[in-house]
Amino acid sequence: MKRELTCIICPRGCLLSVNIDGTKTCVSGNNCPKGEKYAVEECIHPTRTVTSVVRVENRDHTMVSVKTASPVPKENIFDVMQIIRKTSVKAPVKIGDIILTYIYGTDIIATKHII
Amino acid sequence: MIQHDIVIIGGGPAGMAASVAAWDSGVRDVVIIDREKELGGILKQCIHNGFGLHKLGKELTGPEYAAVYEEAVADRGIKVFCETMVTDISEDRTVTAQNSDGILKIKAKAIILAMGCRERSRGALNIPGTRPAGVYSAGTAQKLMNCMGYSVGKRVVILGSGDIGLIMARRMSLQGAKVEAVCEIMPYSGGLTRNIVQCLDDFHIPLYLSTTVAEIHGRERVEGVTVAQVDENRRVIESTKRYIPCDTLLLSCGLIPENELTSSAGIPLSTVTSGALVDEHRQTEREGIFACGNVLHVHDLVDYVSDEAEIAGKSAAEYVKGNLSLADTVKTAAGNGVRYVLPQRVTASPKEDISLFLRVTKPFGKVRYTVKSGNEVLATAVRPKAAPGEMEKITVKTEKHKNIREEITVSLEEVQ
Repeated sequence: MKRELTCIICPRGCLLSVNIDGTKTCVSGNNCPKGEKYAVEECIHPTRTVTSVVRVENRDHTMVSVKTASPVPKENIFDVMQIIRKTSVKAPVKIGDIILTYIYGTDIIATKHII
Repeated sequence: MIQHDIVIIGGGPAGMAASVAAWDSGVRDVVIIDREKELGGILKQCIHNGFGLHKLGKELTGPEYAAVYEEAVADRGIKVFCETMVTDISEDRTVTAQNSDGILKIKAKAIILAMGCRERSRGALNIPGTRPAGVYSAGTAQKLMNCMGYSVGKRVVILGSGDIGLIMARRMSLQGAKVEAVCEIMPYSGGLTRNIVQCLDDFHIPLYLSTTVAEIHGRERVEGVTVAQVDENRRVIESTKRYIPCDTLLLSCGLIPENELTSSAGIPLSTVTSGALVDEHRQTEREGIFACGNVLHVHDLVDYVSDEAEIAGKSAAEYVKGNLSLADTVKTAAGNGVRYVLPQRVTASPKEDISLFLRVTKPFGKVRYTVKSGNEVLATAVRPKAAPGEMEKITVKTEKHKNIREEITVSLEEVQ
């Protein structure tokens, strides 16, 4: 298959051309090796990092920002969100604290310190 | 009246990076003043990732990027006044601020302005219609959702396709809202292409270019908006008006540097950037007062904010140490295809390479930039594309140009 797509790995947004013939892949237009990896994955099995917030139970009107430690399958973004939306944590929280484990192959981790 | 060597107004990414650079340059009496409870500025509410790829070599969320610098500030023991609002700065560098302890007056040897921006409001945009609840600037909606846990609406139209509008289109979709459309008055989007992909395409949200919101409807709550296409003068084309039912309108129509304090100190601003006029040290036209980050000109990436803040921090430190003399300067100007060039003046006999930052007037394909002083070409650079939403940097190597006499112009031409 042939496809043109924009790389989303970094703000440069290189325009990539991908050609996949069975197991042979050919990527052009990338300005770094990350783009080549992204192009193939995006065609075969796209993934995304999901970022959101989780309520902090013992602090008034306070949310802690979280992210998937590694990207999840694109088709599961809303499944991940459903789980995150039902969750809450108790302060204190540190960056990197695992809020939820084994969510579509990764952990949900905190990205903010809450004292 | 208390004294400090360097007073930094604003503790967001610019203020924090400037304080670290000043401290590392040997000036230890540095204080940061910020009006919020915590340092971090706007990064506190930017919970998405994409920060730090250039500067730190890894992809972080806003709060994580802020934490790197908060730690650097704390490690150095730099004094921070939080929940403290600066209400005035004078030309002789007296900073007046207030907090719950009362009024502070600080005499500073140098000041670094790092106040960031605010958003253009509905009033400033003059959007006709009723005044129901449910009209927010995109950044306000972001703060309400990400920091305080409020849901701001269920059925959304977004006006403005800059990065904030695109990011909020995704954010609201993730939280279960239906984003009906993103409207953009220009014939092109102002945001990064990667954000069109990961914020609109991923969620099948339509982007309507050359389209604006012509009217807001609803009595107590937004009930819908009338959108319409615009002509080449950005005037509404009546026959294209159509109604989109929604309960929320987010406005992402421009960031305005917060320069009230700058003006009250008599510091001249650029009418194009709305930020102070500076030289390559980021020194304004008032000696000892420097500016960096979004308050100077709106940036696309926080990585470059940190770079710029380091310049301002180092320069302020050199000024305090007595090493920064006001040399003869030459003005820079925007030529064909270029909207502005920063810094707006540079040292006529520079000892270091000079980096010029610019934005173009509209999207271009492959371009060649030429930097000229009179008839002398100081630098050229070729880029595969140029867009107003992507700040460009061109370096002038000074080994070849020891004595710049005439105004420096940066222009572009399209090439094959």
